[in-house]
Amino acid sequence: MKFNRKNKLLIGLCTAAAIIIIKLFCIQIIDDRYKMDAENNSMVYSIIYPTRGIIHDRNEKILVGNKVAYDLLVTPREVEEFDTLALSKVLDVTPEFIKGKMDDYRKNRRRIGWQSVIMIKQMPQETYMKFSEVEYKFPGFRGQARSIREYPFNAGGNLLGYVSEVDSRFIEKNPEYKVGDYAGKTGIEAAREKELRGEKGFNIMLRDSRNKIMSRYQDGERDKEAVPGNDITTTIDAELQHYGQMLMNNKVGSLVAIEPSTGEILAMVSSPGIDVDMLANIGQHYGEIASNPYKPMFNRAVQAPYPPGSVFKLVNGLIGLQEKVVSPNTYYPCRMGYHFGKNKLGCHAHKSPINFEESIMMSCNAYYCYILRDLLENRKYGSIGEAMDKWKEYVQSFGFGQKLGSDFPSELGGFIPDSKYYNRVYGKGGWKATTVISLSIGQGEIGCTPLHLANLCATIANRGFYYIPHIIKDSEHVSIDPKYKERHYTMVDTTHFPKVIGGMYRAVNSGFGSGGTASIAAVKGLDICGKTGTAQNPHGHDHSVFICFAPKDDPKIAVAAYVENGGFGATWAAPIASLLTEMYLTGEISKERKYLEERILEGNLLDRVKVKGKK
Amino acid sequence: MRTAGGYRSRGLGKTIDWSLVICWLIMILIGWVNIYASVHSSEPSSIFDWNSRSGKQFVWMASALVIALIVLFAIPPRFYEGFSVPIYIFVTGLLVAVIFLGIEVKGSRSWFEFGPIRFQPAEVSKIATSLLLATYMSQLGYRIGRMKDFIITALLILLPMGIIVMQSETGSALVYVGFIFMLYREGLSGWLIFMIGMAILTFILTLTASPFAAILVLISVASLCICLYSGKFRWWLFLCVPLIILFAFLPQLMQMLVEKMVDAETIAAIADNVEGVEMPFIMKIEPLHVLLGATVLSLPFVAFQAFRERNTFTHLSIISCLAGIVLVFSTNFLFNDILQDHQRKRIEVLLGIKEDPTGVGYNVNQSMIAIGSGGLTGKGYLNGTQTTYGFVPEQSTDFIFCTIGEEWGFLGSAFVILLYVFLIWRIISDAERSREGFTRIYGYCVACCIFMHLFINIGMTIGLMPVIGIPLPFISYGGSSLWGFTAMLFIFIALDRNEKKYF
Repeated sequence: MKFNRKNKLLIGLCTAAAIIIIKLFCIQIIDDRYKMDAENNSMVYSIIYPTRGIIHDRNEKILVGNKVAYDLLVTPREVEEFDTLALSKVLDVTPEFIKGKMDDYRKNRRRIGWQSVIMIKQMPQETYMKFSEVEYKFPGFRGQARSIREYPFNAGGNLLGYVSEVDSRFIEKNPEYKVGDYAGKTGIEAAREKELRGEKGFNIMLRDSRNKIMSRYQDGERDKEAVPGNDITTTIDAELQHYGQMLMNNKVGSLVAIEPSTGEILAMVSSPGIDVDMLANIGQHYGEIASNPYKPMFNRAVQAPYPPGSVFKLVNGLIGLQEKVVSPNTYYPCRMGYHFGKNKLGCHAHKSPINFEESIMMSCNAYYCYILRDLLENRKYGSIGEAMDKWKEYVQSFGFGQKLGSDFPSELGGFIPDSKYYNRVYGKGGWKATTVISLSIGQGEIGCTPLHLANLCATIANRGFYYIPHIIKDSEHVSIDPKYKERHYTMVDTTHFPKVIGGMYRAVNSGFGSGGTASIAAVKGLDICGKTGTAQNPHGHDHSVFICFAPKDDPKIAVAAYVENGGFGATWAAPIASLLTEMYLTGEISKERKYLEERILEGNLLDRVKVKGKK
Repeated sequence: MRTAGGYRSRGLGKTIDWSLVICWLIMILIGWVNIYASVHSSEPSSIFDWNSRSGKQFVWMASALVIALIVLFAIPPRFYEGFSVPIYIFVTGLLVAVIFLGIEVKGSRSWFEFGPIRFQPAEVSKIATSLLLATYMSQLGYRIGRMKDFIITALLILLPMGIIVMQSETGSALVYVGFIFMLYREGLSGWLIFMIGMAILTFILTLTASPFAAILVLISVASLCICLYSGKFRWWLFLCVPLIILFAFLPQLMQMLVEKMVDAETIAAIADNVEGVEMPFIMKIEPLHVLLGATVLSLPFVAFQAFRERNTFTHLSIISCLAGIVLVFSTNFLFNDILQDHQRKRIEVLLGIKEDPTGVGYNVNQSMIAIGSGGLTGKGYLNGTQTTYGFVPEQSTDFIFCTIGEEWGFLGSAFVILLYVFLIWRIISDAERSREGFTRIYGYCVACCIFMHLFINIGMTIGLMPVIGIPLPFISYGGSSLWGFTAMLFIFIALDRNEKKYF
């Protein structure tokens, strides 16, 4: 064959044809993508939704279960002329609603194609029964069973979180979800979405060219069963959680209880919270919840950075002992406060001078000013900045100033200042120990969450270490991160802790009139150890704080209570925390403390709390 | 059969190229049944129903057969050569007239409407141009290498092309580019095709990769050509190739150098546009400028060498290369300011610069889904779901190939393509065999037109070409197109027959 121009052109012709045929080969035989897309156009997938995993409490009681609800599906292209009025009667909606929906579908018919869309979500069972009797009159309409959440206990609304239909933003981030799927949005439902959701199944049906469903595709060979979600066991004690919520009713704040020997969270209340009744039907209540001025969605227990108040003296005291600036036998005087220059940090009336244990028992402010000043002006460290940073290191070893790493979503870290921070505020060299003296009593630039405080309490109860607080327990299908089984020791020797515990014991159990600040929390035979706190609040009433654990020698529970605008620690927080402790350890409230329980349950502090949008 | 001169001429059976006629018949039948398939679900009716497109197409087919018979038996073949000039002038007049008198269809004015019949002069203009080209170029003493002859030839092609562009029928105008293959056969330098190819490649590279890559490829090709021409292939292999590779990695090398010499904070500050941070000298250098600098510096040496050797080829290569570089820098201007909005979008989607599955990309995407879902053997006749349910637009005209791909699968589509290859191959062979320049040139024109339509139309449906709305010859629905191509093909068959008759 000659290599002339004619043949060159013929070669060119064959090359061009070869390119086209190769490309055809690629898209018709090699690449499956186009077939799948085409199947989407001509096959109908009837989705089988899996049941979501059940959430148990620590005693295998069901916190979150499932019940059946029915969605009404419409395939707009199959809908024929129908009696709008009759359908609206059956479904218990207005005819305008149905007309509006049908108009919507007509507008979006190109996008919808032959898909089915949900017209009414979660019909009551009776409505569905009525509908299924007359379903044959309304081609294109059908019901689809779907399991929705049910809550046997009114416990832990905020903790459990809610499940709702995914929106377009969610799908963008999680492409494995499709329109119409449900997903956990907050709390445990969100954190454990992977385990709880299960896997969707489907039946594939074929349509003919007249859009009628003809048969199962390949006799159902490619159908898929739905796989139910895995059950989850939480560390929550449902009864205790419920009781805690009752105690915190009509108060703003939180209540956290931890089992010190494991770090398991027994109860976590953020008040005001979300009622579980609202969770099941979050769509209807969302507006109400979101516009509530007390922000029930806001989980104060892990997100609100509060000043800890006098509770923080325990930390400073322990650091002082470790740094040897104070010993159990150190006596300091207190003349209604700590005087420096012309200034004074005030204190309440109590005997003077006092030693270390008594300083905790009576919650003396001056005593801790001495300690902090000695800590910061310690010659051991080159400068106050260095001493400050060392102090921060100590504080952080208790878990403060950082996220504890709990398995709870959206935990916040609070704030602990360091020299860099004060250098920025006051300029380098522009501050000294007395400038930051309020840190000694847990005021000033400290922010910590109630979870931090409960963790502090558990650390002291354990005499020097903590487990990261968590709410999920090991169970058949779910294993928790091994980090929740590691002890975290603080930088303070374990030998120093009994001295602090002694003070906390005396604060509760010395009897009225002794000067102990928390006598109201005492319960006979329980050996509760506690520390009050009254966090100053420039915007209104002080916040009432209390942490306690019990029994002293074999701690089973550590509690932190934080009541916004509650006044003295002993007024609200101490009774609440001690009642919770008593309930957990004995299962009831003793007769002589019934009056206290009554006062707490009926107490209403909501008016004291200043909220935006309310006069 | 007796003729006037008393010679015995050969009979009908031996003079007509029956393979072309059969090929034509198969194609229009394929078109007909697939047009029926593409519309049958929205207009369920008999294939002969006059109200449906398949019924109308049957009428077009019958009339096309009449046209074929007229062309074969009623018009003496000599007529075409003799009347090519008036035909060309008349059709060009129609092309101009349609801009003012035609009706507007989808933004272009290229259709005349006479009651129920629509007619697109552009379809006839291909024939007229082919006839005139064949007449002009088959004259004694015509040499395409001569400047005057070349310019007139080019003008004959560019005139109808320009008018069609003015009708906003860029797609139909693009078909005329195909005549370049005929010109090549008739002696046009192959370098012209090569340079047009390079220009398109440069354009695409600049848009999809970067001007840097485009210029590097240009220089590589130019240096390869120069070295090949002067027999210094080894030079190219051992000197140019390493240099080209070095330059290919220049951007990365410079990035590494910058990271070595400038600390990370400064880089971050510059990236954040922080004021007061002075940009280190090394960061101001662009790889593109280094490459251009190197090119400009080395050019005089090459040019001088060529001058000493009296090598015009090298000079021309250098000039073409420089023209290419100018093209690279004017690409953005051409692309953004000369092209119309919808054309630009189509090219962007084709080159993957922008994804647009619902807008411009919708057609191509749906068409590829339809074809791809056909698989090896297809879903079976009338069983397609994509084309019949209206996912694919223009399913019986420009996108008719989707129906073939979906219902007949890879085997069916490959058969159709091979049928076209056979047709074009056969036309070229017949053309080559003819003793008259007129028949040969006209045959090549027919082959080129069919090829361009085939490649652009099918290329568009499978995502190889931008969406350019031109029909698939003999298969797409439409009277204008079917008549036009039938007339074009049968004029060639008649010419071919005329030659065989007496020899």
